[in-house]
Amino acid sequence: MNFKILIITTIATLFLWSCGESKKKDNPVKSTTKKEVKVETQKKEEVTTNSTKLDLMKPTLDNKGIGPIKSVKLEAIDDKMVAKGKVLFKTNCTACHKVKKKYIGPALKGVTKRRSPEWIMNMILNSEEMLQKDPVAKALIAEYNAPMAQQHITKEECRSILEYLRTKS
Amino acid sequence: MNTYIKSLFLFVITTFFLISCGPPTSKKNSNSKGAIAGNAAEKVYVAPGDHDSHYAFISGGFSGQLAVYGLPSGRLFRVIPVFSQDPEKGYGYSEETKPMLMTSHGFVPWGDSHHPDISQTQGSVDGRWVFINENNTPRIARISLKTFETEEIIEIPNSAGNHSSSFVTENSEYVVAGTRFSVPFPQRDMSIKDMKGNFSGALSFLKINQETGRMNIDFQIKMPGFNYDLSHPGRGKSHGWFFFSTYNTEEANSLMEVNASQNDKDFIAAINWKKIAEYVKNGGGKKVPARYTHNVWNDDTHNATSTMEKEVLVVEPKDVPGAIFFLPTAKSPHGCDVDPTGEYIIGNGKLAAQMTIHSFTKMLKAIEDKAFDGDAYGIPIIKFDAVNYGTLDQPGLGPLHTEFDTRGNAYTTFFISSEVVKWNVKDLKVIDRHKVYYSVGHLMIPGGNSRTPDDKYLVAMNKITKDRYLPTGPEVCQSAQLFDISGEKMELLLDFPTIGEPHYAAGIAADKIAPKTTKIYKLEDNKHPYGVKSEAETKVVRKGKEVHIYMTMIRSHFSPDNIEGVKVGDKVFFHVTNLEQDYDVPHGISMIGAQTSELLIMPGRTTTFTWEPKNVGVWPFYCTDFCSALHQEMQGYVRVSPSNSNIKISYTLDGDIPGEDDL
Repeated sequence: MNFKILIITTIATLFLWSCGESKKKDNPVKSTTKKEVKVETQKKEEVTTNSTKLDLMKPTLDNKGIGPIKSVKLEAIDDKMVAKGKVLFKTNCTACHKVKKKYIGPALKGVTKRRSPEWIMNMILNSEEMLQKDPVAKALIAEYNAPMAQQHITKEECRSILEYLRTKS
Repeated sequence: MNTYIKSLFLFVITTFFLISCGPPTSKKNSNSKGAIAGNAAEKVYVAPGDHDSHYAFISGGFSGQLAVYGLPSGRLFRVIPVFSQDPEKGYGYSEETKPMLMTSHGFVPWGDSHHPDISQTQGSVDGRWVFINENNTPRIARISLKTFETEEIIEIPNSAGNHSSSFVTENSEYVVAGTRFSVPFPQRDMSIKDMKGNFSGALSFLKINQETGRMNIDFQIKMPGFNYDLSHPGRGKSHGWFFFSTYNTEEANSLMEVNASQNDKDFIAAINWKKIAEYVKNGGGKKVPARYTHNVWNDDTHNATSTMEKEVLVVEPKDVPGAIFFLPTAKSPHGCDVDPTGEYIIGNGKLAAQMTIHSFTKMLKAIEDKAFDGDAYGIPIIKFDAVNYGTLDQPGLGPLHTEFDTRGNAYTTFFISSEVVKWNVKDLKVIDRHKVYYSVGHLMIPGGNSRTPDDKYLVAMNKITKDRYLPTGPEVCQSAQLFDISGEKMELLLDFPTIGEPHYAAGIAADKIAPKTTKIYKLEDNKHPYGVKSEAETKVVRKGKEVHIYMTMIRSHFSPDNIEGVKVGDKVFFHVTNLEQDYDVPHGISMIGAQTSELLIMPGRTTTFTWEPKNVGVWPFYCTDFCSALHQEMQGYVRVSPSNSNIKISYTLDGDIPGEDDL
């Protein structure tokens, strides 16, 4: 008698189990949805960190990120470069970033005090790899959901944007 | 008992693992029709992530479009909208693309596309542009092979049934458009029964600007009122000549299937276009009034313009002696094909069990010797024996089209006997024949209309498929069949369905196009009059009853996304710019109740659709193309108030005027 029950249970389990690939795939989607809701409710507070272990407001100046920029030497602020960077920032970045206010991505006021110049430039030039591998970038996407868009700008243009951001400390 | 149950239990489990989710291998084998040799699958298998070796641009026939496939896999990559509206891409619905479909008859939303042909340099396909003709409302289109978008459409005046088109000369000097139906030239009110001697056939030569690709009707030859069915350019030694097949030399105007099939021989018209171009350059020909549209797409302003042209230069054959001749050809020939050396001109005698092969060398000699057999409307008819190289008798039934390889072989389709026949042009001997399924029309060898066809693949395009695919009601797909022609015998590799009726195709090695394709439109180069370059520039402006929304989109929001002050009776223009600058990140947009279509907007591009709200309420719009994990959040609202409301226009994003920040 016990055995009969066992058989039935086993068969039933097998049928529930088999071809379960698609069900498994559903799970991550569900969890994302949950996360989104969470972010939504906390939107009005200036959240620094919660689900992730990193404190996103804490400076990580030793982290140079991953990408083409290995070393940037900062000198006195170059006004010409700032002017150029401001125009580029407006076209390429303002759809997702504001200076003062959290928007699609984080507010950028003081970003040069939190992140190294190399990290900032790599995040702009190589966002896809950064979002996969860099711990800070990974924490950021977990927090903000929207991935940093790749805008295909040159290294030189990117350097101007960095110069502009230095004036927003 | 226990042992019995235990073994039953094991049996059930084992059976389960054997049957569950298993690949239906046994089924596959038993369904095989056996026509395909063992390694055919390997030859067409392109592993996931790998690329095909060739592009095939297969005409969409009565869909009016052009479809892009990969060879050898037969995978469909894209349907390029050309002559018909395409709601999937907003083509012909967006304000910017509507002018592309303007004609002298007004806005025509549909076309019948026929013969794609790729531009050439020094006798080889070069991958700059592909041209295609529209048969019904005569037009020629040019499609960029950088953007895979239709860049230009020019209407052909004095023409009807634009069929012997759109073939290019070996340096893309000209693309031609010949009329299938002869008509009064210019059009006038007259009795149909008076056709004979009073209708004419226009053969148009469109000059191509080598920098921009722009087409311009250089001249039209006013030919006798026959039907000009197909054409091909001379090449190599015969470069400078163009050959057109004719039928209905009887000039019948009714029950054509009988009355246009009386003569045992019709003609191939040989046109020395270099001579006529020279004549025109020196002031020859006569400008006559004509109305035809010339529609041009501009990639800087992201807009098309349609211009009505007012005259065309017409050349009468009698005014350029020595430039036009008729070559007698059996019977109502369809395809008119020229081999890669330029020596052999082949008439596919649709109603004869015979292929007529003319010799270009003999033709020049016959002209020199004046070996003529009278004339037709003043155009000399060359004596058949003086121009004919030979005939291929009884190769099959209903020959339609011929393509070539570089080894001296021709491949001809036979519509009635449903086969492709391989034969040697010089020896006039059949080498191989292969059944096709069924009723084959055109065939294509990549680089076909050139001096350098590729000897690897042949695509047969079939009109009828009957039992070849799963049935889909009375209407079943048409299809292409891929052959390997690298060996002595043709080997059938693959069947794949096509859109519309596949009237001819053009093929080219992938590396001539793929590395040069456009990835994005640069935002900084966007000169669309309603384009914006950042969210700070987005706005909503009322102009009387018109409301213009300057909107942007980026993963994953619109700016602005809350709009108020729109009223019933307004015409709302959504001018939407995709701010993305990354490859393969289009966004779509659609508005509830809009009587156009969605827009699919590529990175850096601005596109416009209109919406005339009929009802008061708050109405959503959203992104139609899954763009990111937050795609479902990419939406907005427009408030529509009564027509007498005094609510002013306002627009916000996240509660602010878009772009408000301390920059």
